[in-house]
Amino acid sequence: MMEPVKKTSVPVVDDGIDVGISRLTEAKIAAVINSVIDAETGARLRTYVETCIHCGLCSEACHYYLSHDNDPHFSPVGKVKQTIWEMLKRKGRVSPEFIRQAVIIAQTQCNLCKRCAQYCPFGIDIAYLISVVRRIIHKLGATPRYIQDTAHSHAVTMNQMWVKGDEWPDTLQWQEEEAQAEIPDLRIPMEKEGADIMYSVIAPEPKFQAQLIYQAAVIMHVAGVNWTMPATMGWDNSDMAMFTGDNEIMGRVKRAHFETAARLKVKKIVMGECGHAFRSVYDMGNRWLGWAMPPFTIVHAIEFYHDLIQAGRIKIAKKYQPAVTLHDPCNVVRGGGLHEKARYVAHALCENVIEMHPNREHNYCCCAGGGVINTGPPFKMTRIEGNRVKAEQLFEAKTKGAEVLIAPCHNCHSGLHDIVHHYEVGLEIKFFGDIIYEVMEKPVGDQEGA
Amino acid sequence: MHSFYNFVSGPLAWVAFILFFGGSIYRMVHMLLLVAKKERFIFTYMSWRYSLRSILRWIVPFATVNWRRHPLLTVVTFTFHICLIITPVFLFSHVVLWQEAFGISWWALPDGLADVMTVIVILGAVYFLVRRVTRPEVRFVTSASDFVILAIVAAPFVTGFIAYHQWFSYPLMMSLHVLAGNIMLAAIPFTRLSHMFFAPFTRAYMGSEFGKVRHARDW
Repeated sequence: MMEPVKKTSVPVVDDGIDVGISRLTEAKIAAVINSVIDAETGARLRTYVETCIHCGLCSEACHYYLSHDNDPHFSPVGKVKQTIWEMLKRKGRVSPEFIRQAVIIAQTQCNLCKRCAQYCPFGIDIAYLISVVRRIIHKLGATPRYIQDTAHSHAVTMNQMWVKGDEWPDTLQWQEEEAQAEIPDLRIPMEKEGADIMYSVIAPEPKFQAQLIYQAAVIMHVAGVNWTMPATMGWDNSDMAMFTGDNEIMGRVKRAHFETAARLKVKKIVMGECGHAFRSVYDMGNRWLGWAMPPFTIVHAIEFYHDLIQAGRIKIAKKYQPAVTLHDPCNVVRGGGLHEKARYVAHALCENVIEMHPNREHNYCCCAGGGVINTGPPFKMTRIEGNRVKAEQLFEAKTKGAEVLIAPCHNCHSGLHDIVHHYEVGLEIKFFGDIIYEVMEKPVGDQEGA
Repeated sequence: MHSFYNFVSGPLAWVAFILFFGGSIYRMVHMLLLVAKKERFIFTYMSWRYSLRSILRWIVPFATVNWRRHPLLTVVTFTFHICLIITPVFLFSHVVLWQEAFGISWWALPDGLADVMTVIVILGAVYFLVRRVTRPEVRFVTSASDFVILAIVAAPFVTGFIAYHQWFSYPLMMSLHVLAGNIMLAAIPFTRLSHMFFAPFTRAYMGSEFGKVRHARDW
C-alpha cells in the first residue's frame, strides 16, 4: 500500500513565487523584513526566539517531519531555523533565493495546525512564527500564485471563488428548487431579518458543492430552525487572506461577514463544516478587528448538529451501517475543542465508530489546511508526500474495519481525498452533513419518485 | 592564587549577583513593558486558571504526551534541573558562606547527597551534549551558543566536584569553581538560560489560549 516517498524530480514552478522573487533586491528584502519585525511584532516573537532551547522536542509533532523519515529540515524548529531565525540573525539581509526557500517552507510545508505547540515544553507558538514569515512574504509580493489569486478574489468579491453578486442568490434559489422536489414546502430563506441564525458557508459550496447547501437546507427545515442566508456579499466565511499574511483583507472580509449578521439582526452565526473558516471567524479575524472574542456566537456545524440531535430536533431513522472513522480537524478540535461533540454526533448517526490513533487534539493534520492546498497544483505532491503518516494512520483504522472516513472540514476533506487516492487507502470520505441527510427522518415528499 | 580567589569570591561575586538579579528583573520588566506597548491583547487572554493548569502539567514528569514519548529524556531533564537548582542553594559549604558573610543560614544538604546530585548534573550535561551531537533533529538546530551555555552550566559543577574531592590543586579548583559560578549567574539573564524565567510565561500564555479560547489541552 505504502509507496516510498519519491523526490519531486521537476523543480516546482510557481509564477507567483518566481516573478515575485525576480523583482526583489536585498535592500528591499531587508527593509520589508525589518519593518514587519519592528512595527508588527513584539514580546512574543522576541521571547519565543530567545527562549527556545533548541531541544528538537517539537519534531515528532509534525506530520511533514514524520512523513519525510525524520528529516530535520521538516521539523517545526527546523523550519523556524531556515526562515525567521536567519532573518533575525542577519537583520533582514537575506538573498532573494533565501526568500524563495522561505516561501516554500512557510506556505507549503507548514499547515499552521499548532500540533507542535502541544509538544514544545515551553509552549512556543511555532505556527505564529511561521505566520510572521508569511506576512513578510506577502509584503514582499512573493506569495504562491494560486493562493494569492484566492486572496485577490476575497478582496474583489468578498468571497474566495470569484462568485459574482447574482450567482450567489441564484445558486441558493436553484438549490431551493432542487430541494423542493423532495420537500415541497422547503425554503432557503434569504435576507430574513431577525432570524435566529445566519447560516454561512465557504465559497466552494456554491461554486461546485451546491448539494451541501441543499443538505443543510433539508436539515434546517426538518429541525424547524428559524434561519436565513444573506443575499448580499458577506455570506462567505472563508479566508485565504488570513493564510497569506494579508491581514488587511482578512479584516475586510470578516467585517463584511459580521456586519451582514448584524444587519440581519440574527442571534448566532452557524457555519458549515469548514475548519479554517472557523479559525478565521472565531479566532483570527475578530482579533484583527479588535474583538477579543467574536461579536456573534459562532456555532460550527459539529456543535450545531450535536445540539439538534441532543434536543431531538433531528431524529435518526436508521443508523448509518458502514463502519466509520473520525478525523479531528485541527481548527475546530485543537482550535475549538469540538472533539467530544464530534464523537457524540458520530455515535448518534453511525452504528460503528472506529477511532484512529492518535485522535482528538493529537490527531495528525490533513496537510491541506493552513492554505497549503490553496497553493494549488504546483504543490500537490508536497502535501501528499508530506503526509505519508496520515495514510498510515488511516490504513490502521481501515484494518480495524473502517470503511468511511468522516472529515467535518472542507480542507481536510479535499486533502484527505488526495491522501486516500495516492496511497490507495480505500476509504470513502464524507461530511457529517452527508450522513445526517442520509439517515435522518424526513417528511415524505409528494413528488418523491416522480 | 590567594588574591585571585579573593577577587573572584569578592568583587566579582558582587558583580555576578548584581548582573543576575538586576539582569533578570530588567529582562522580565522589559518583556512585560513590550507586551504592554505592542501586544497588549496578550493580557486579555491570560488566565490564572489555565496558566497554572498548563504549567502544572508540564512540570510533572510523564504528565504530558511528549514527556511520555521520551522517557529517558524526561527522567534526565527533570533530575538535571532539580539538582541544578537545589544543589547550589542548599550545599552545606554555600550555606556556611552565607552565614559567614551575612549571618543568615538555612537548612543544608548532607554532603554525600550533594555529591550525588552534582554527579547527576554533570551526567545530565553529558547526556544533553551527546543528544545534541547525535540526534539529527537536534544537531540541525544547534549553534555554537548551545554548547557554550551547556559548558557554562556544567563548569561550576565539574570544578566544584573536583574541588570537593581535592583533586589537583585545591586552591586553583576552588577559584575556578567560584569563577565558573559567577559566570553562570551572570549569563542566565543574557543567554537562552533565561528560559528559566521566560518558560513559565510562554507556557502560561499558550495554556491560556488553549484553555480559554481553544477549549483544548496543550499537553
